[in-house]
Amino acid sequence: MASSHTISVLVDNEPGILARVVGLFTGRGYNIESLTVAETNAAEKLSRITIVTTGTPMVIEQIKAQLDRLVPVHKVHDLTLEGAHIERELALVKVRSSGERRVEALRLADVFRAKVIDAKTDSFVFEVTGTTEKVDSFIGLMSALGLVDIGRTGIVAMTRGGEAL
Amino acid sequence: MKPEESATTGADLLVKALIDEEVEVVFGYPGGAVLPIYDSLFKQNRLRHVLVRHEQAAVHAAEGYARSTGKVGVVLVTSGPGATNAVTGLTDALMDSIPIVCLTGQVPTHLIGNDAFQEADTTGITRPCTKHNYLVKAVADLPRTVHEAFYVARSGRPGPVVIDLPKDVLMNKHDYEAPQKPIEHKSYKPVTKPDRRLLEEAVEIMAKAKRPIFYTGGGVINSGPKASRLLAQFVHMTGFPITNTLMGLGAFPASDPQFVGMLGMHGTYEANLAMYNCDVLIDIGARFDDRITGKLAEFSPNSKKIHIDIDPSSINKNVRVDLPIVGDARRALKGLIDIWQKRMPRTDQKALDAWWKQIGEWRGRNCLAYKQDGETIKPQYALERLYHHIKDRDHYITTEVGQHQMWAAQFLKFEQPNRWMTSGGLGTMGYGFPAALGVQIAHPDALVIDVAGEASIMMNIQELSTAAQYRLPVKIFILNNQYMGMVRQWQELLHGGRYSESYSEALPDFVKLADAFGATGLRCTDPAKLDETIQQMIAIKGPVIVDVAVDKAENCFPMIPSGAAHYDMLLGPADRAARAVSEEGMVLV
Repeated sequence: MASSHTISVLVDNEPGILARVVGLFTGRGYNIESLTVAETNAAEKLSRITIVTTGTPMVIEQIKAQLDRLVPVHKVHDLTLEGAHIERELALVKVRSSGERRVEALRLADVFRAKVIDAKTDSFVFEVTGTTEKVDSFIGLMSALGLVDIGRTGIVAMTRGGEAL
Repeated sequence: MKPEESATTGADLLVKALIDEEVEVVFGYPGGAVLPIYDSLFKQNRLRHVLVRHEQAAVHAAEGYARSTGKVGVVLVTSGPGATNAVTGLTDALMDSIPIVCLTGQVPTHLIGNDAFQEADTTGITRPCTKHNYLVKAVADLPRTVHEAFYVARSGRPGPVVIDLPKDVLMNKHDYEAPQKPIEHKSYKPVTKPDRRLLEEAVEIMAKAKRPIFYTGGGVINSGPKASRLLAQFVHMTGFPITNTLMGLGAFPASDPQFVGMLGMHGTYEANLAMYNCDVLIDIGARFDDRITGKLAEFSPNSKKIHIDIDPSSINKNVRVDLPIVGDARRALKGLIDIWQKRMPRTDQKALDAWWKQIGEWRGRNCLAYKQDGETIKPQYALERLYHHIKDRDHYITTEVGQHQMWAAQFLKFEQPNRWMTSGGLGTMGYGFPAALGVQIAHPDALVIDVAGEASIMMNIQELSTAAQYRLPVKIFILNNQYMGMVRQWQELLHGGRYSESYSEALPDFVKLADAFGATGLRCTDPAKLDETIQQMIAIKGPVIVDVAVDKAENCFPMIPSGAAHYDMLLGPADRAARAVSEEGMVLV
């Protein structure tokens, strides 16, 4: 019954807005699987928050209604319900290894179209972008090749086609 | 003249903004951070300030004022403890959708985050217990913020709004700008106009109903007295039965034959069974609270449900409904009446007659019956006598929380909206007395009675001092059973009669206590003297405490034990042995 939904929330970029949104989720016992936030319209001081959450259809409906009720929230969109959309995540992956394992890490990074953004003689930092599944599988492969550290952005998402939300 | 001389301080701007919002009275308590505001109040005579004795009481008083007038209640407290003391009141107002603007002092902006004296993260603490809150960081933003706060508090589903005011913002100077009307908010735009097609669909469903019932709540009261008049008109047009929630009492006249009483945990047998057996349920401004639904899986299982609510998040939260309609109750009722009059639907009169006959049989159980015999006063009897003496007077009732509250809801009859002030959602002991003070401030000549228990009244008893200072002739009618009665009742029914900490030990002498505060104290222990005592209470011009010694063991029935279904009702003491509460029910509150 419970399924994952990606929800896009357009909010006023004002102090406390993230606390309001996160507090709503913790206070009412909803899950947050991933959350990203950044200002997207500096002129109008708007930020976009992308939240991935899970719940039954009734809970998801409730989450959206509760978000929409917050005073600084402009729009709430359930991308999962509203049709085709794309989701991307960015990860920085640090790998420390030498010899054949170092070469293999570099080769796999090439397959995943990950970029080397820092290199030392015994380490790389890769930047990989893609769906959550792609990032997961890249990290899975790297764990056998000297994985040291991971930083992930969480999901950002957008509808397909020319229409704005 | 230099510009800074012509300009006004933030505190003066605040007072001007409040006057522009047509505020007449502010309930508050001074302190260091709000001294500039108190200085501004001192210099004017448009705004009246009522000094309470505890900040929680300031919010409850403002709630009483708001609920009995339909206006926004205004609170003014200092930073730190002033703000934290207000939190219970704010949460209460949030749960019961009462419009409040609460002004809190804050340490100067440069000290915020430094653990300064009387500093608290007020916006952080009040975020989950307000509809919205603001921290004003510049004096230029202050008037606009105040006007926006009033707009947010009163529009859509009403609620409490906090404005946190650092002391330097209150002292800095700026020119006043009058509010732009109508105020519009860039993101907050509540839907108040219901979709006409959905209302037509609702009428269609209602016209075919065989066993319909109206279930209406606080939303109708919040929508204004006109909504209640329209509700009565529509209910009469349809001929359907109607039940009210605790918060909705008074929206429909209790003496009307179509009224089947309050529903829910301590609602009437007929109301709850009608909810269980109905085939069409028309909810207007009620939110399917757990005190109403009982066991969710068995809540009104065979009905088509229509839910009209101004708050979309109240729809499909607990109970899935068939026809959700977002909008203001008054506008929805106006639309429904209009459609009904145009269509003049032919309802199934035969089925409706049978339904009323069935309801009549349930009514015949006389579920609120009690026996007043012997020498002790039954609490129900005390309330029936109270109602007898006040019913023809202009009166307002507030309550504390517990057994006395439920008996008041059952035995006092509410004919008009805005006359019944009680803490429904949060269940705040200590609400009733300060709320009564707020009601009395708004209605100086009315008879305002706080129906209390001896335990609840102790929670804000210090307000006797406020009542004395402003000569507020509030009557406190204590049903004194020397127990936290509802706690005792649950311990008796659910915890094997182990009365853990529920005995009201070391109670004060309420007559002497009243005397100490310059009020009048009366005591009644004899059923034969009850009428005389109540008449005396009404005749006394000042504040009165009436200490009525009632039966200590009396329980509040009917009762749907937690986790049970509507048909699974305890009707009286004889019922209790028959059923054990399920383990699922035990964990519920």
